[in-house]
Amino acid sequence: MTISQVGAHPLSAGVKISTVDTKEISSGTTLIKRGFAHMQKHGVIMDVTNVEQAQIAEDAGAVAVMVLDKLPSDVRSAGGVARTASVKIIETVLDAVSIPVMAKCRIGHASEASILEEVGVDMIDESEVLSPADQGRHIWKWNYTTPFVNGAKNLGEALRRIQEGASMIRTKGEPGTGDVSHAVTHIRQVNNEITKIRGIYDNNDDQELITISRELQSSFEIVKETARLGRLPVVNFAAGGISTPADAALLMNLGCDGIFVGSGIFKAEDPLERAKAVVIATTYFDDPKTVLEAQKMVDEKKSMLGLDTKNLDLRMQERGPTV
Amino acid sequence: MSNELLIGVLGLQGDIEENIKATTEALREMNLKGKVISVRYPEEIMKIDGLIIPGGESTVMGLLISLKDELLHAITRMIQRGLPIMGACAGMIVLAKKSYDKVIGDKKQLLLGILDIEIERNSFGRQHDSFESDLEISGINDSYKGIFIRAPSVISVGPNVQILSKFGGKIVAVRQENIIGTSFHPELSGDYRMHRLFIELVTNWKKESFQQ
Repeated sequence: MTISQVGAHPLSAGVKISTVDTKEISSGTTLIKRGFAHMQKHGVIMDVTNVEQAQIAEDAGAVAVMVLDKLPSDVRSAGGVARTASVKIIETVLDAVSIPVMAKCRIGHASEASILEEVGVDMIDESEVLSPADQGRHIWKWNYTTPFVNGAKNLGEALRRIQEGASMIRTKGEPGTGDVSHAVTHIRQVNNEITKIRGIYDNNDDQELITISRELQSSFEIVKETARLGRLPVVNFAAGGISTPADAALLMNLGCDGIFVGSGIFKAEDPLERAKAVVIATTYFDDPKTVLEAQKMVDEKKSMLGLDTKNLDLRMQERGPTV
Repeated sequence: MSNELLIGVLGLQGDIEENIKATTEALREMNLKGKVISVRYPEEIMKIDGLIIPGGESTVMGLLISLKDELLHAITRMIQRGLPIMGACAGMIVLAKKSYDKVIGDKKQLLLGILDIEIERNSFGRQHDSFESDLEISGINDSYKGIFIRAPSVISVGPNVQILSKFGGKIVAVRQENIIGTSFHPELSGDYRMHRLFIELVTNWKKESFQQ
């Protein structure tokens, strides 16, 4: 198999079986959900708040759009409680673009997730950008036919989310700040932990892997599979603080499978050109000449100003349950 | 000319690595020597014996192909020489002559226009309708597990196009000489027989072009 099936719950409520012309068809299987995430690879998923932005994103080469009520930087300045986007806006975006449409729900908010599934979004982001609804648990994502993406700052978080049914992982870089350093920290952390367990796997030391799986609060099975693969068993995207083509290239070079851009595009003064440039830099991340061409398409004077992350009132990456 | 096959997977967007792995496995099953590489530059396209356009988003791949004239020219020139090509899902859309989206209708997007078919994008619905099911494919014995992810279907075919498979009344696999298109993802099923079928085309084309 080219996609790992580790941790799959084949009999979960999210798997729907029906028949077409006497043939049995299964939806919401692990392969179908993780497979969808694999189709996003090497692509850029862009945050949008309305149908006009969604069309700009599609024309610029976004692989999918993520519908929010407010861009992360506006969530910060507005304060209060951030919830899932208006259903009407999600519906108009669904009817206006041909690429996948994703939307965010609050951490642990199983009902917001059910609503998004009913509306028909292609992927649900259980996101710390919104105010968490449950301080003890994340959503049990195996109950859904729609695939989920979750954020993670380290390997333990990533593996626990996958065990709950996440089909894609992303970094939890500090959203809406224009500061890419937190996303970089998270991907480096995951990479370093995987390098370590890979070495232990090569030494055939199952006993040590069991000890580590306890530290990571994850199953031995998933730790061993990750060690064997030398990477997460699902795709891993960069998210949080990405604002320029160079930022995208930096994170792709660190081994990310693709890029989420939040405020970075539509909080800039040159969204269409910038969106295109980030797409180009993501595809040609390892080719400095092409990344330079992409970087030339944007003007630093038009980048979002950003925030100093040392003195943030709200660190979104710290929100929600710790296990 | 070496006996070793060089197969390229268009490396712009989508499940590139999965196709490299599936093709490598298929070569191994067939006991053939060969290399499978990701290709993004005209020089790379000009030296391959076969091209796979992976799954992903067809609008994104079209945009990235059209961005650089030389890349589009290289692909077109190799197609004129008869280069074997396989496109799965988004890859088949990129190869097609015409395409429209089931919900939003006509969508301006770059298509290579070499496969004489008309495509309906997202033909089976959105992601929660994506599915897996057994298929019958001509040229492949026994059933084959089709992985359909926001899959397109073929609405009509030209006179030189052979229908390889249908599902639920819709055309889901076609062949036109050296070009294969599928609605489903053969690289994800763990069954490499579609890739083997493609490699047979590559082997034959390489032999023929050597003889000429």
